[in-house]
Amino acid sequence: MAIDWFTIVAQAFNFLILMWLLKYFLYQPILNAIDEREKLIATKLGDADLKMVEAQKEKDEFKQKREEIDQKRADLFRQATEEANVLRQRLIDEARQAAEALSAKRQVTLRNEERDLHQAIRSRTQMEVFDIARKVLADLATASLEERLGEVFTRRLREMDDQTRAGLAEIVKTAAEPVLIRSAFDLPAEQRATIQNALNITFSAEVRVRFETAPDLIGGVELIANGQKVAWSIADYLTSLERGIEALLQEKSKPVAKADAKSEKTEKSETAAKTP
Amino acid sequence: MNLSPDEVVYWQYGVINLNATIVFTWALMIVLAVSAKLITRRLSTSLQRSRWQNLLEIIVTSILQQIEDVGLNEPRKYLDFLGTLFLFVAAASLGTVIPGYQPPTGSLSTTAALALSVFAAVPFFGIKAQGFGNYMKSYMAPTFIMLPFNIISEISRTLALAIRLFGNMMSGGMIIGILLSLTPFLFPIVMTVLGLLTGMVQAYIFSILATVYIAAATRVRKPAPQPEAAS
Repeated sequence: MAIDWFTIVAQAFNFLILMWLLKYFLYQPILNAIDEREKLIATKLGDADLKMVEAQKEKDEFKQKREEIDQKRADLFRQATEEANVLRQRLIDEARQAAEALSAKRQVTLRNEERDLHQAIRSRTQMEVFDIARKVLADLATASLEERLGEVFTRRLREMDDQTRAGLAEIVKTAAEPVLIRSAFDLPAEQRATIQNALNITFSAEVRVRFETAPDLIGGVELIANGQKVAWSIADYLTSLERGIEALLQEKSKPVAKADAKSEKTEKSETAAKTP
Repeated sequence: MNLSPDEVVYWQYGVINLNATIVFTWALMIVLAVSAKLITRRLSTSLQRSRWQNLLEIIVTSILQQIEDVGLNEPRKYLDFLGTLFLFVAAASLGTVIPGYQPPTGSLSTTAALALSVFAAVPFFGIKAQGFGNYMKSYMAPTFIMLPFNIISEISRTLALAIRLFGNMMSGGMIIGILLSLTPFLFPIVMTVLGLLTGMVQAYIFSILATVYIAAATRVRKPAPQPEAAS
């Protein structure tokens, strides 16, 4: 068994060639492929990590946003509920107030109507009563009655108390216009003379007199001098009576109303204030 | 019966001859190179790859892993040399399943050539890694007295590499040849299987020893450990 040196050299050379062949056909391509694949995998893993991080970030963001929205929604809902409650309370209160106001108004209206009705009835009744009285007395009144009234008037003049007489005499004397004697019917001349006479005697002076007929007196005689009045007439009585009744009614209805109309009426009928 | 494929000479011109060793070596080279070229022609760099590519990748990465395990930090620098050693020896052994095939590693010329390659590669890589001076100093480690012993060790281990591989490969072929003449059919098949195993083990041992020698030579500023010869 000999060693063939040519073969050894040839084999060494062959080995070098094989090394070169395998280097270019096997090791390099395979290693390159492995490297590229590893690079690819690393890239993909890196991308995946990156995506994971991004996804986590987005997830967190969404979670946060969702929580914010939930919170906001809850807040809004609570706020709306509170507002609704407040509004409801307010509406209920308003409605109650309105109802109360309406009820009060209606009550007042009812009371006013009642009062008005009462008043109307009262006034009407009063008016009717006095109308009837006036009518009856007017039917009864005659000239002879008038004569009687004149007599009563002269007697009243005579029987006047001193103080009144003095005050009236002063007025009669200083009056610029003549004293006005009003009567329901035309007084006969002798009656007139009697009254003139009575006046002259009462005031111990020449009294200028003017006679006038006033049917609204119904019956009776009045003396008017410078705004002062001495009267004796049926109308005067009736006016007194009317005033008394009005005062009574006024007192009764005072707590409810002021009775304006009545006071007006009172002023109107303030004609025969003085009674001798 | 030939003891070595060297003895089968197809063509001769003076000192130049074309014996079975060289012819089978060429055949192996062609098969290895062509199959590698075929497989790596359409390499996939994506996650999907062919089975053959997968196989080659496993082989290459396993070799790299082995080199790194022995202690070489940059295995890719040594892959060309050590990987080709392993693949050539392994392929030569695998070829024994083909009838009429004579493994080139069964020739002392081939194993000597491989051992000489390792003998040359060790100082080559050593000087490349540590520089000429440092590498030369490693022969005088730990003291200059060790210089002759280191040199003897260098030569003897190269010889041992060559003889070990030759002996193992030749014996496998011899045993099969002898058994074939004695007990035909069954027993040679069993021995062939055993021969395959032996061949793979020898390929591993040869390349691992080469790696160890290179690793020892490239280890910077360390007393070169004397690797004992293994068989």
